[in-house]
Amino acid sequence: MNIPNDYFYSKSHEWIKFLDDTTALIGITDFAQSELGDIVFVNLPEVEDTIEVEDSFADVESVKAVSDIYSPVAGTVSKINEELFDSPELINESPYDAWLIEVSDITEKDDLLTAEEYEAFLSEEA
Amino acid sequence: MRRNADLIFTMSKPGRRCADLPPMDVPETTLSDRFQRKEALPLPEIAEVDLLRHYMELSRRANGVDNLFYPLGSCTMKYNPRINEDLAALPGFTDIHPLQPEHTVKGALEVLHLLETYLCEVTGMDKITLQPAAGAHGEWTGLNLIKAYHAHNQDFARTKILVPDSAHGTNPASAAMAGFDIVSVPSNPDGSVDTNALRELADEQTAGLMLTNPNTLGLFEKNIVELAEIVHEAGGLLYYDGANFNAIMGLVRPGDMGFDIIHLNLHKTFSTPHGGGGPGSGPVGCKEFLAAFLPAPVVTEKDGDIVFDDDRPESIGKVKAFYGNFLVCVKALSYILNLGGDGLKNASEMAVLNANYMMEKLKSMYTLPYAGPCMHEFVLSAEQLKKETTVSALDVAKGLLDYGIHPPTIYFPLIVHEALMIEPTETESKETLDEAIAALSEIYQTAKENPAFLHEAPISTVIRRVDEVGAARNPVLKYDHR
Amino acid sequence: MARYVPHTEDEVKTMLEEIGYSDLEELFRPIPQQVRLKTSLRIPNGLSEWEAANAVKEMAAKNTVFPVVLRGAGAYKHFIPSVVKHIASREEFLTAYTPYQPEISQGILQSIFEYQTMICDLTGMDTSNASVYDGATAAAEAMKMCVDKKRHIAMIAETIHPQMKKVLETYARCADIKILYIPEKDGVIDLAFLESNITKETACVFVQQPNFYGQLEDTAKIGEIAHSTDAKYILSCNPISLALLNSPGEVGADIAVGEGQPLGMPLSFGGPYLGFLACKKALVRKMPGRIVGQTTDLDGKPSYVLTLQAREQHIRREKAGSSICSNQALCALTASAYLAAMGPIGLTETAKLCFQKAHYFAAELTKIGFVSPFKGEFFHEFVTSCPSDSGKVLKALEEAGILGGLPLSNDLAGHILWCVTEVVTKEQMDQAIRIIKGVMA
Repeated sequence: MNIPNDYFYSKSHEWIKFLDDTTALIGITDFAQSELGDIVFVNLPEVEDTIEVEDSFADVESVKAVSDIYSPVAGTVSKINEELFDSPELINESPYDAWLIEVSDITEKDDLLTAEEYEAFLSEEA
Repeated sequence: MRRNADLIFTMSKPGRRCADLPPMDVPETTLSDRFQRKEALPLPEIAEVDLLRHYMELSRRANGVDNLFYPLGSCTMKYNPRINEDLAALPGFTDIHPLQPEHTVKGALEVLHLLETYLCEVTGMDKITLQPAAGAHGEWTGLNLIKAYHAHNQDFARTKILVPDSAHGTNPASAAMAGFDIVSVPSNPDGSVDTNALRELADEQTAGLMLTNPNTLGLFEKNIVELAEIVHEAGGLLYYDGANFNAIMGLVRPGDMGFDIIHLNLHKTFSTPHGGGGPGSGPVGCKEFLAAFLPAPVVTEKDGDIVFDDDRPESIGKVKAFYGNFLVCVKALSYILNLGGDGLKNASEMAVLNANYMMEKLKSMYTLPYAGPCMHEFVLSAEQLKKETTVSALDVAKGLLDYGIHPPTIYFPLIVHEALMIEPTETESKETLDEAIAALSEIYQTAKENPAFLHEAPISTVIRRVDEVGAARNPVLKYDHR
Repeated sequence: MARYVPHTEDEVKTMLEEIGYSDLEELFRPIPQQVRLKTSLRIPNGLSEWEAANAVKEMAAKNTVFPVVLRGAGAYKHFIPSVVKHIASREEFLTAYTPYQPEISQGILQSIFEYQTMICDLTGMDTSNASVYDGATAAAEAMKMCVDKKRHIAMIAETIHPQMKKVLETYARCADIKILYIPEKDGVIDLAFLESNITKETACVFVQQPNFYGQLEDTAKIGEIAHSTDAKYILSCNPISLALLNSPGEVGADIAVGEGQPLGMPLSFGGPYLGFLACKKALVRKMPGRIVGQTTDLDGKPSYVLTLQAREQHIRREKAGSSICSNQALCALTASAYLAAMGPIGLTETAKLCFQKAHYFAAELTKIGFVSPFKGEFFHEFVTSCPSDSGKVLKALEEAGILGGLPLSNDLAGHILWCVTEVVTKEQMDQAIRIIKGVMA
């Protein structure tokens, strides 16, 4: 299972990569995409939407399931990855490049896990 | 192998005709250019014989209860008596306008009234509307009654509907559509609703509880009286999802179990055909104290006459134009008249017998996660089989297709992993059940000996497994005429 | 008594024995005694098929079937080619469930794919679903598709079918949608009101074409106004009229809905009918209900399958946009068989016959003093005044086997809404005029 070191993680299997102190990209982990199977669509929020910690801000669809994506931070959606509308398979192919949203003006963070902690969490769960 | 079924559009030739029309016998006037359609109308142009052959080919690629055994759990795919079709096709029913003067549709009113009377009796309800077009539509209508009731009591805090975690997906969806928040109620290890959890969850915000009984595991909720008390004591109402009503006709009535509102699926329990997905009919019944909220108009007796009553100031309004899927109601009435009260009870008894018979014969192979006796259906799990052989519930289902048997409902209810939900219905003979049991046994053996074969199944159908991921990622939803 | 149950008494015994039960009653052990039904149902014992059929036939005979129908108002009597009924009564279609298993359901899936294509062709939209319950619920589902966090007001034409209004109101109340009616002026909606009341909070503008009074709305202009604030534009249309009138796509609609009953379904006292719902590509994931897509099987053969299912209740549960599950599949099949039997020429001829005959009858009525309160153009329905007592006029027609127009109420009390379709002959209209004259004399 691929877990890059320069990202932080949540227990609900999102990754977050800080671009600066108050801006970050959010996506779903390699583990999450492999559990979901072939992703066929992504519902993303709108730019300028505000989100709170643990808000469900998006969902991803496979053929027979839909999963909510929760935000590990509070802030404002500054960008969405529109490429995913046409190519949701990017999440399966390269989960750590296929960011879902960029959040700016981050005011609050959940307890985030380091790569090492997330790996330990995964092996506990298994 | 059969020939391919080409799309009807590929057979089209400009100028070819099928239907002809009455002649123009009046002088003509013109429509302003600005209202006139400019866009082409690329409908098929095809001769009558080819039109028929096209649909005959499509029908050969379709399968109904008339073609094969259809033990599709929760769908009650019983035999659809032909007499019902004949009667619903009488011109006295098909050729009457919904807005004809009432005195010219007395027979139609009688159909509605008689069907309502019988459905009230079999469910233990006081009043029924036939307006909802399908089960989910009925659920949503019923939830609107709950909402109207609490609003009538100025009790606006009741915003939550309790739904067991084993419920049909339509339950939470209909409740959300009616504007409620959904609270999930966990199940006990034996598959029944956890009464303690319910007690904790039911409070002054509870608008009601939606329950299927027997539940989606095919098990009767033994604690139903207690469940009803808990919800009623908390001030909520009890909603009965009639999807599984085929188990209990003449044996026990939702009204006697404490339910305040019910919906039925005439296209399940009352044998009206499913039509490849509809039309159905989802009557909603309620106790007297909710009757004022039913959709308008209601059919009622007035001075010995059966009439529509549209003067319903407290009604939730209309949920559909006119009076519901009327011809479906005619079919259901015909079914009830044919079976009678005794026949309905017998139907449920035989449905339950058939389900228990299959369950007992299969439980040594496929895991039975919740012990019986079951009611009209039961749920097996292929989880163990999958662990041992890699053959999943989906593979078992696809394997059945090669035996000419419609697969059970799979992956539902969600609380059973690798679920196979089997509902044989009462109209199937012991021989048919034995054949299906033999097929499932053979599949079980094949899973152990040659799992790869089942991963590839089916092999005898007109197409093999389809690329559902491709279909969803790059949706092609209509024919491109270019 | 017909039971449709194959079990012999011996078989019941054998089956019970084989699974270890002494009698049927033991199977019902899980039902608590305190709620068990102790008496028989108060439903008469079963009849023989012959008796039951007679009982139902007697009810059918109590209804009056009018040979001539001059009433529409949401339900239209049209010619239905015999072949359409034969196709729709094939048992493989009639007795099948929703096509969950594509390998044995290609026929139904393909028929829905063809239906979706024909509805798109009629309406000028990109995508259609597999049907909803009826035209009124299609309207409600379309309205819900347009609402989001920022837009919660639905501007609805006052001129739509009154029953559709009532259904929209029920659905709107549930979804916290505020309905703002666009008032009627001269038989069509007041464009000035629309223009001055539409805002950034308007989710959709909903109009019926032809409207309830049969009048043609300025659908192109309405589309421009709707889009001026990026509200969605929903058109509810009569499918037969679309062979003659602008398609919703041509006038900029985002969603087209309507009552599909005219496409091969008999009047049937109001149902089962067919709600069609089609939209522009951008809205496809908001569509409710089943959708069929084309794909391939393992061998690369073209195949059809239910798709985009993650929108639906069985997957999305309480987050689904709609709870619809069963739809009107057989009615959709009927509609596609009808459209294929008609073809573009037949459908256009049907629309023209409706249009011309209605105009002939309107002119004849005008001659005897039944005048239209509205000046706009119409398709096959129109309102007239009634210089005589409308009850008497309609009664006289009824006695001659003619279902006259619908008497209107409220502001239009004393007026009649007439409808003429291709199955009414000139001779029958002339006869109706003679009867009316007789009442007036």
